[in-house]
Amino acid sequence: MEKNKGAWTILSTDIRVGMFLARRELKRASKWTTGLIIFVMLLTFLNLVVVGGILVGLIEGSVEADRRYSSGDILISPFLNKSYIEHTPEVVAAAKTIPGFHALAVRYTGSARVESNYRSTVKPGEMRDGAGASLLGIDPMVEHNFSGIEKFVVEGSFITAQDTDSVVVGKNLLYKYVPIEAPGFQTLKDVTIGSKIKVTVGGDTAKEYYVKGVISSKVDTFDSSVIMVDSEARALVGRRDFNANQIAIQLDPGADSNIAKAMLLDAGIGEYARVQTHEEAMPKFLKDIQATFAILGNAISSIGLVVAAITIFIVIFVNAITRRRFIGILKGIGISPRAIAVSYIIQSIFYALLGSAIGIAVVFGLLKPFFVANPIDFPFSDGILVATIPGTLLRTMILLVATIIAGYIPARIVIKQNTLSAILGR
Amino acid sequence: MIEVKNLYKTFISGEVETHAVEDVSFIVPSGQFVSISGKSGSGKSTLLYQLGLLDIPTSGEIYIDGIESVGLDERDRTRQRLNALGYIFQDYAILPSLSAIENVMVPLLMQGDSEEVARKKSAFALTRVGLADRMNNLPSELSGGQQQRVSIARAIGHNPKVLFADEPTANLDTETSRAVLETFLELNREGQTIIMVTHEPEYAALTDRIIVLADGKLVGDHLNK
Repeated sequence: MEKNKGAWTILSTDIRVGMFLARRELKRASKWTTGLIIFVMLLTFLNLVVVGGILVGLIEGSVEADRRYSSGDILISPFLNKSYIEHTPEVVAAAKTIPGFHALAVRYTGSARVESNYRSTVKPGEMRDGAGASLLGIDPMVEHNFSGIEKFVVEGSFITAQDTDSVVVGKNLLYKYVPIEAPGFQTLKDVTIGSKIKVTVGGDTAKEYYVKGVISSKVDTFDSSVIMVDSEARALVGRRDFNANQIAIQLDPGADSNIAKAMLLDAGIGEYARVQTHEEAMPKFLKDIQATFAILGNAISSIGLVVAAITIFIVIFVNAITRRRFIGILKGIGISPRAIAVSYIIQSIFYALLGSAIGIAVVFGLLKPFFVANPIDFPFSDGILVATIPGTLLRTMILLVATIIAGYIPARIVIKQNTLSAILGR
Repeated sequence: MIEVKNLYKTFISGEVETHAVEDVSFIVPSGQFVSISGKSGSGKSTLLYQLGLLDIPTSGEIYIDGIESVGLDERDRTRQRLNALGYIFQDYAILPSLSAIENVMVPLLMQGDSEEVARKKSAFALTRVGLADRMNNLPSELSGGQQQRVSIARAIGHNPKVLFADEPTANLDTETSRAVLETFLELNREGQTIIMVTHEPEYAALTDRIIVLADGKLVGDHLNK
């Protein structure tokens, strides 16, 4: 007798009968209705993954661009109380020996003021056409191998090692690209390729340069800088040695930046400069924005999840109500309420899993490659779709759990009704 | 064996009390084919629902093979319905999304049979009621008489102690009704206890015993033959 059966046997029987009923229900359900429910689940899944993924992707695009073109996987910078990296040549030599080393860029940085109409006479009270800028001294050939930023030149051309009288100007310094007129915010007007600008460092060292190109990379390191060959930058800042301000190291794909950092510290580089992974070197505000966008994405996704749960609730409720009599008959012939509930839960799981499976195929087979090939053009980044396998699986699980609950509750409501009333339809 | 003692089923609507079943007592020995007769509204179906544990009496006792069933909780009533009782409803009450054989299989699966065993038993039950060639048809592909025979196969598939039939021929033509009755008689000859509600004197006359209700009260109880 069933009474003597163990709880597990009864549960497994309920599940088996529930699966039997659910299989038939799904097999013989209207294909249009099933298709519509799965379509709703697909949209919900995309809402869960894509909306949050794009929000995070806007910042991730910026972070990734910074890693790829500017700071690399490891960034070596001066201690906070120093203005340069001590023993730069030794540090560079040591960096080249770490496992997974791919490329590095040695850069000289500083603060500068650039002016364009410095030869004109200005009336008393008027300001010259100038802007505060970062000074960035690079080796063009090394930078080409490291970041290839010359591809971001939007006007003119990039500097070569021989261009000691020319600079490339970041687009943030030009009114043409940042047409903002606000007190205290200055940009250069009427600067074109071939124009001369004056770069002043420290108030007394100044030199004129031709504008050879304008760069627009969406990486602040370049877009807010006046970029010149490293020898010129050293001369302007009065650097007689080869001690640089920034050494960015790129690693081979798959190499662990934490291991690389540990190797550098073991080699004693930590005595001369700060060694940070890209994540550590990331500005705090960027981390905060990243976290905020993730929360925002999750909040929007949560609304989508609630909508999906309500949709499933309504679908299962309508399904169960219209089958109220048959639920009554099942109970009448001795089918346990739990087995009937299981059949509805399995139907919900089927809808959620199929919707999610199609969603995963759409995200990873279509949307992600599409956004990689066609990033969203935002002013501060090239937005991509961030969707990781673990994150997507987690969202699938969340959707599944929400669906199970949303499927169980209405089924339970109908199942709990009086058996005879359900059979007689009263 | 079924024993009914002082059974009442009372419906209350506002201040009006209606005794659908009033102080009914009888004993049905194993293997007996009993018909419950009476005019429309006499309480026949209500009595059957109480006996079949589909409804809870207001008071009284029902013993099925010695087990007092009125006081059982819902879970035990469901188990009792599964293991000891079989039902045939007036409008067949078979599940539209299941084929004929699947309809019969469901209670067997619930009893713990594997799909293979349940399928074999169901095929046997459907063959007994003459539906060997309609096993995989959906209810929508069967006639009313065939659907009622699926209902009978489902009711007998798990060898219930008592078979309850609520006006099983009400929606069938005369020829099909006789075939259904013939099936009941054959089952009864094999020892199946059957309690059938009918308002057809002709069909009641075919059973071993007739219980007559009027206004919820037992007004007649006699053996045929």
